[in-house]
Amino acid sequence: MPNLMSGSQMLLECLMREGVECVFGYPGGVMLPLYDEMYEHPLRHVLVRHEENAAFAASGYAMATGKVGVCMATSGPGATNLVTGLVNALMDSIPIVAITGQVSTKLIGSDAFQEADTFGITRACTKHNYLVKSISDLPRIVHEAFYLASTGRRGPVLIDLPKDVLQAQAHYSPVSAIHLPGYKVYTDGHAGQIRRAAQMIWEAERPFVYAGGGIIASGAHDELRRLVELVDAPAVCTLMGLGGLPSSHPNFISMPGMHGSYAANMGMTNSDLLIALGVRFDDRVTGRLAAFAPHAKVIHVDIDPAEISKNRAADLPIVGDAKRVLQRLIKALEELAPEAASKKAEARRAWWQQIRAWQAEHPLVPEVSSTEIKPQHVMVEIDRISGGEAIICADVGQHQMWAAQFIRFNRPRLWINSGGLGSMGFGLPAAIGAQFACPDKLVFAVIGDGGFQMSIPELATIASNGLPVKIVVVNNGYLGMVRQWQQLFYNNRLCAVTLDCFPKAESLAAAYGFPGRTVDSPADLRPALEQAVSEPGPFLLDIKVSPEENVYPMVPAGGAIHEMILRPPQPVSVPK
Amino acid sequence: MLQTISLLVENKPGALMRITGVLSARGYNIDSLTVARTLDPGLSRMTIVVDVDPQLRQQVIKQMNKLVNVLQAIDLTDQPAVAREMLLMRVRAPMESRTAILKEAEIFGARVVDSSIDGFALELTGEAEKLEEFIDIMRAYGDIDVTRSGMVAVSLEPRKLRLSPPVPKADPVLQDPMRKGA
Repeated sequence: MPNLMSGSQMLLECLMREGVECVFGYPGGVMLPLYDEMYEHPLRHVLVRHEENAAFAASGYAMATGKVGVCMATSGPGATNLVTGLVNALMDSIPIVAITGQVSTKLIGSDAFQEADTFGITRACTKHNYLVKSISDLPRIVHEAFYLASTGRRGPVLIDLPKDVLQAQAHYSPVSAIHLPGYKVYTDGHAGQIRRAAQMIWEAERPFVYAGGGIIASGAHDELRRLVELVDAPAVCTLMGLGGLPSSHPNFISMPGMHGSYAANMGMTNSDLLIALGVRFDDRVTGRLAAFAPHAKVIHVDIDPAEISKNRAADLPIVGDAKRVLQRLIKALEELAPEAASKKAEARRAWWQQIRAWQAEHPLVPEVSSTEIKPQHVMVEIDRISGGEAIICADVGQHQMWAAQFIRFNRPRLWINSGGLGSMGFGLPAAIGAQFACPDKLVFAVIGDGGFQMSIPELATIASNGLPVKIVVVNNGYLGMVRQWQQLFYNNRLCAVTLDCFPKAESLAAAYGFPGRTVDSPADLRPALEQAVSEPGPFLLDIKVSPEENVYPMVPAGGAIHEMILRPPQPVSVPK
Repeated sequence: MLQTISLLVENKPGALMRITGVLSARGYNIDSLTVARTLDPGLSRMTIVVDVDPQLRQQVIKQMNKLVNVLQAIDLTDQPAVAREMLLMRVRAPMESRTAILKEAEIFGARVVDSSIDGFALELTGEAEKLEEFIDIMRAYGDIDVTRSGMVAVSLEPRKLRLSPPVPKADPVLQDPMRKGA
């Protein structure tokens, strides 16, 4: 029988049909039938050093390309180690498919070796998950998983595969259609709502575009740019939306929220119309909700109906894919222009003057010193080398915020970070995934010394695959963001935030067989970065930055976003 | 305030867990839950009664509608709907109370489903308040054991069920088998 296949063969056949180029994984007992089949299969398997990093690498791959990232792990500990990566992908709407091994169907529920209830554990960590009980369901489930991960609001989907299903034999026939009657994908948006939105936009005196990760996910960056230019509105991109509008665009007012710029937060607060595109009014953006954009009507475009009026009531909701909706919105706006545009021209000019005044009043200016390396200075130098074109994978914490503030992105899918979950240890494995996805691009992993020490094992993955990732550790010897909060809100009682032991970069990198360098003077910063980039392979830079620098502006937790702490309240001392 | 949610759900493993997960993840305690097959054996109808913050009611319905296995979730709390509950009760009572118990059952429209020298088993359907009154009264006659079904509800308005049609699987993006270890 030509089409008789094992479950393992069927899975690989389906992955090839989905266009999967590489998977990030870690084998184990129940996965042996699959790994045996992969021995002579063209699918590329990247062996990471910890399953959590398989999920993060798959996410980095997905964020850099928009394609579905795939990770694999064995049953029990392998599957539980994926959990953080799954939740991260759920929070940031990253399309990944996770494949986990499971003990044989007959053993399920018997507390077998390396058994865990993966289906139950990951129910709340995924967009959807499957436990495959029969080989006859396998092709359908694999294709459904890819369809679910990559449509609507993207997200992680997990397939739990018992060993006997991998070993079973059955006739394979390709799946011709996906039938999920209860899965609704909203794309176009309501035509009447779009027309009304166009009217509201032209009638607004102080419109403000608030664009997020949905712009990146739907590939709506060109449409966003066209919209912003057509109505000449100021625009912010959220942490997940950076690159949605080029940072160099004159209408771009940087990032809003807790560590957003003064102009971005003042603009949101004083706007009379928020044009919210692919955003979820996250608490890190809105601050105290009751005081958020109190004068604004809200047009909310989102692909997920559950996001509409979840945090902030929408005056005009449009449920749909950002790209499709914006295309139609632009058409509707053009039909009403230019008569509509001219009516509010006076007010719009005043609005821009006000925005520019706020920008001039408190610009985002990096700290630079000639005696010590300021962390912001590191970002400025990375930005200089990147020129808005490199992929920057950040970890979580102070360095992440400085990178978001000072590194520019001319395109989408260059800025890769863990936003919603804020998962330390994300940056380095994400850079691995991004570098596999884009082998010819310059990829920086910009990481704090805390997050780096969570991901050190992956230096082996980088070395063994010769990935030319440029690892920049922004090393202040602290869990800086936690310390910042302890200083500002907990009476400077620093508890468990000192990272007083860090491996010597030269030795650590050498142990893995690639070059590394410690940098501790501002004069060496640029040459060191240039050296790292000129090396053909990986490079580890340990940049000792001034240890007591904090991220500003800052909106205290529970504060309104216009009530920013712009500078340190008093010289903050670190107790010895 | 108690909210009544009616769901039409694919009859698949894990579907119940996903739905109750929407509630438990938000710390809500379920007051009652019933599930059974519909005319289509592939589908189940579920009625959930749960105490949800009034501002979050819509959010809970939306989150349930987002689940892949849920075809429709509707809030029947303020909608034209009929809601009923069934009760099975065993009452142990002395011989001299038997006639009075039967009389009481007749008044409430309860049926006798078992009779023994110890007492009766009774069955009653109705709105929750009626069941509670019945329980209070029967307590006076002796020891009782009660099992309630939880609420089942049906909407009195025709509701259009919007289902997604099958999506043809795009042509396979086959990889070149020669690029092993690319």
